[in-house]
Amino acid sequence: MKQIFPTQTHAKCYHCGENCELESVSFDNKKFCCQGCKLVYEVLAENDLCEYYQLETSPGKSQKERSKLKNRFDYLDDPEVSRKLLDFQNDQESHITFYIPLIHCASCIWLLENLFQINSAILGSRVDFVKKKAQIKFLHDKISLKEVVSLLSTLGYEPKINLSDLDHNSKSTIDRRILTKLGVAGFCFGNMMLFSMPEYFSEAELLGEGFKGLFDYLNVVLSLPIVFYAASDYYLSAWNAVRQRKMNMDVPIVLGIIAFFFYSLWEIFSQGNAGYMDSLGGLLFFLLLGKVYQQKTFATLEFDRDYKAYFPIAVTRMAKEMEEVIPLVKLQVGDVVLVRDEELIPADSLLLSEFANIDYSFVTGEEVPVPKRKGELIYAGGRQKGDAVLLTIQKAPSQSYLTDLWNNESFEKSNKRLLEPLANRISGVFTWTVLTIAVVAFVFWIGKDVSIAVKAFTTVLIVACPCALSMSTPFTLGNTLRIFGKGKFYLKNASVVERLALVDTLVFDKTGTLTDPAIASIEYFGVALSAESKSIIKGMVERSTHPLSNRINLWLGKVDPIKLGKVQEIKGAGILAEYKDQEFRLGSKDFTGSNEQILSKVGNHVFFSLEGIALGQFHIQSGLREGAPEVVKSLSCDFELHVLSGDQAHEKVTLGQQLSNEIRFNFNQSPVDKLNYLKELNSMGKNTMMLGDGLNDSGALQESQVGIAITDRVSHFSPASDAILDVESFDKIPSFLAFAKDSRLIIKTSFGLSFLYNILGLSLAVQGLLSPVFCAILMPLSSISVVVFTTLATNYMGIRKGLIYQNKQ
Amino acid sequence: MEVIFLLIGISLLLAGTFLFLFLRAMKDGQFDDDYTPSVRILFENQPKKSIKDQPKKTKSYE
Repeated sequence: MKQIFPTQTHAKCYHCGENCELESVSFDNKKFCCQGCKLVYEVLAENDLCEYYQLETSPGKSQKERSKLKNRFDYLDDPEVSRKLLDFQNDQESHITFYIPLIHCASCIWLLENLFQINSAILGSRVDFVKKKAQIKFLHDKISLKEVVSLLSTLGYEPKINLSDLDHNSKSTIDRRILTKLGVAGFCFGNMMLFSMPEYFSEAELLGEGFKGLFDYLNVVLSLPIVFYAASDYYLSAWNAVRQRKMNMDVPIVLGIIAFFFYSLWEIFSQGNAGYMDSLGGLLFFLLLGKVYQQKTFATLEFDRDYKAYFPIAVTRMAKEMEEVIPLVKLQVGDVVLVRDEELIPADSLLLSEFANIDYSFVTGEEVPVPKRKGELIYAGGRQKGDAVLLTIQKAPSQSYLTDLWNNESFEKSNKRLLEPLANRISGVFTWTVLTIAVVAFVFWIGKDVSIAVKAFTTVLIVACPCALSMSTPFTLGNTLRIFGKGKFYLKNASVVERLALVDTLVFDKTGTLTDPAIASIEYFGVALSAESKSIIKGMVERSTHPLSNRINLWLGKVDPIKLGKVQEIKGAGILAEYKDQEFRLGSKDFTGSNEQILSKVGNHVFFSLEGIALGQFHIQSGLREGAPEVVKSLSCDFELHVLSGDQAHEKVTLGQQLSNEIRFNFNQSPVDKLNYLKELNSMGKNTMMLGDGLNDSGALQESQVGIAITDRVSHFSPASDAILDVESFDKIPSFLAFAKDSRLIIKTSFGLSFLYNILGLSLAVQGLLSPVFCAILMPLSSISVVVFTTLATNYMGIRKGLIYQNKQ
Repeated sequence: MEVIFLLIGISLLLAGTFLFLFLRAMKDGQFDDDYTPSVRILFENQPKKSIKDQPKKTKSYE
């Protein structure tokens, strides 16, 4: 039977669009879900900025959870802090760039760029939507930095300021040199093409001799910026390679440029011929285009973050019963600090309050919060869960356990075995072959005709210049990078693709990577638990630090523990407690003497008994990430799999059952253990890929050939890595790896294609038959066909792997 | 035919101007953010109300 409920339409909050529940607020005939949302509307209405609500419907973010602490920006009054945060300052104006993660729609841009209408001391602001940054210019005599930040916060756009923001004093300027070079090369190449046109057609004679000479000289002039400016990176890279007695792709390129330039000069000035200057211009233009294409970066992501980006910039210090917010750098040993719910422990310290519940999952990988008691040492990096606690600082933030770890030498230097790109290995063989052919052609002709000998020698070098060859790599990798990006897998740079293709050993972190602490489940079967027995269990598990106890503790929630007579924890068995002269046991099946059936196969079981009589059992399952078993299964055929965990080994058996028995599990791994584990694998000659999510994996991520950080919010903090993977795409890992292999295959195939062009060109060049027209056609044709081939091939493979969706919805 | 000398000069000058404009635009950061301007252009410039000029009642936020 169907029961009909009166349909209740919830009014939606005008500001944030959430359903207004009981405590909704009405204002101006509009409903708001909370006071915070109403406040934002009030401010906007008062300043005539309600267009904010017309650009998008309910563009705001709910203000329910916003911090109401008024003094939390006090640290911005500190002149040293503000000096370091500001981009620019003169007598009147200050400029500052904030990172505002909340920027998400057109309304956000509009409002943030209209800040000057709210406060006239703000001169203007500019939003970079993609980077989620806003630059604000203000008159610092009329409005302080703190007031600017609290204004933003009032509007619901609180900027995120981290400790690392204080660090880069020299604001990084975007490197635009390569674009400049491309612009210059494009200008020269285009004009040279025009001046060379008459040469390609027999109509040249119509113009008369004077023009031909002029055009050739103009080409020489236009080639100068290309040879001496646009190509400068190639000289440097080739020179470095030669000095280290290595070969890279740039060596044959530079040989080609030199041959092109000097042979053309000789032709133009002594022979009165046209030379190959236009082809030289085309070559550089296409090469630079490839470089720009390959340099796709994900502007919102940062791959090199260290612990400082994780730390807050300020802490609440208690001084003479008064709270004050001070910058973290001013924190001293002996200070008493207040840490609220979800706040980070800033430095190693002693607990002053009775209890604390610290979540170390990000630092150690232990997924259950650890209860701490008065007087215990708490390490920096943990997150307090629950009520605010007081701590005394034992060590300066820069010397705490976490930062020590970070400053450990092995963490710092990235000693990746540098994998030689495919192109470099080929170019060694390539260069020597070309030189040999050139010399042979020269020797062959020298007896018959010296001028043909010289021509054959130089044209071999010219035509062999690996334009198409060197273009196949950047365009394939660049496109692969973009396809990965569409699948929410963001690589630091193109060289990661090549490394990814060679991976044969995968190492997973457990907590947060294979498992998701949020979906860990606990079920209880048996005699229903009365409030009293709940209190008894609470009293027992509170005394224990075993992860399973912690989890049951969490599951019980806010139950007051009963004062128990005697509590004893027996390692590896369980907990024994006395209450009202009765013996309660909580633990393994044998320990409790339970003869109950184990009801389900997977997960951990904890039994609860009274005087040897079983009362019930808890089933605790670590929450495997959705799709994790399938991913592991499909990977286990092709790769060697390892799992590293900071947790204890109690889940080993169940994890093995759920995932795959071929995985090698390693528990109780400290961050340094993880690092050493990877080192060992590397020294065995394996190509390793590490997937991890927390600070505890950062060493291992650095050490592995490819370190991938998994995160659910890509723009949030993630440890330094080669790539960032959105949790949503976790199930696509096998496709990503297969696709990386495909793109390596595509590079090889396109090498084959460009070799064909080279053989064609060389066969003409050794006969001394190469003409400028032929060169001008062959060069762009080979380059463009290689680019088209790699682009189509990568897209095709991407579609087949399901990484590109043809129909966008 | 001598006019071609002049035309070449003009064409080079023109192309050079474009190069200069491109380089200047790049220095100003026009190519750094290629998304936001596309949104910004759709905002209407509402006429500022004259009431605005009056001293605003100052209200301290938070």
